[in-house]
Amino acid sequence: MEITLNNRIEIIDRQTLTVKELLDYKTFTFKLLVVKINGDFVKKENYEGREVHDGDDVMVLHLISGG
Amino acid sequence: MDYIAIKTKLQNYTVGIAGAGGLGSNCAAALVRVGIGKLIIADFDVIEESNLNRQFYFRDQLGEKKVLALRQNLERINPDVELEMHDCKLGHEEIISIYHSCDVIVEAFDKAEMKQMIIDTVLTEFPEKSLVVGLGLAGFGQSNSIRLHQNGKMYICGDRQTETSTTWPPIAPRVGMVAHMQANTVLEILLNK
Repeated sequence: MEITLNNRIEIIDRQTLTVKELLDYKTFTFKLLVVKINGDFVKKENYEGREVHDGDDVMVLHLISGG
Repeated sequence: MDYIAIKTKLQNYTVGIAGAGGLGSNCAAALVRVGIGKLIIADFDVIEESNLNRQFYFRDQLGEKKVLALRQNLERINPDVELEMHDCKLGHEEIISIYHSCDVIVEAFDKAEMKQMIIDTVLTEFPEKSLVVGLGLAGFGQSNSIRLHQNGKMYICGDRQTETSTTWPPIAPRVGMVAHMQANTVLEILLNK
């Protein structure tokens, strides 16, 4: 399937996968993340349940300190 | 829109700022200068010497509560702006009760954990509100790496990469650039309403 991940096209050799599987696949191991799919916020407790589908626009934001 | 029209329109809006450090104090100063209607600002901290390299405070305010000192400094610029200051540590419940009336919320925390907490809270509790986040501002130079990124009603200002550390300290120019980009984004959101 083909998704947009952080504004870049990403082709993944799967029909579907969960947010957790996507994060593992991309080795996004950062502890503090914000995930949105097609503009909808995905809570951390839903990472294993929420599926990413072909054509989805996914944003994974790494939170870093500084202010 | 001429300057009078801009100022007149901005008087109708309330902006919440979460944190009164490098991002929050400078963003507040910019919004007070342009004559925003009302600011709601919360922070629990006191001013330390290490803050003076980037935060909108003065040496004779060391040891004072940030929200009290910031009120004084902002009133010296523009006494017409209504200021609601909260001396408290913000968590999920406080964010809901303090910022529910705001047209736009500015995330101005230092720690990544706090940034995540407010993003979670606002996107869950106030999905209709615009949230302007500051993310990635450490060090010096690389001006072109600081950008605005929008996803729905969430706006990210910063380079989204440089985390503060001993070798990447937060310093006035880049912190100020992000704080002012946040203020500029607030204006863009409100003036296009």
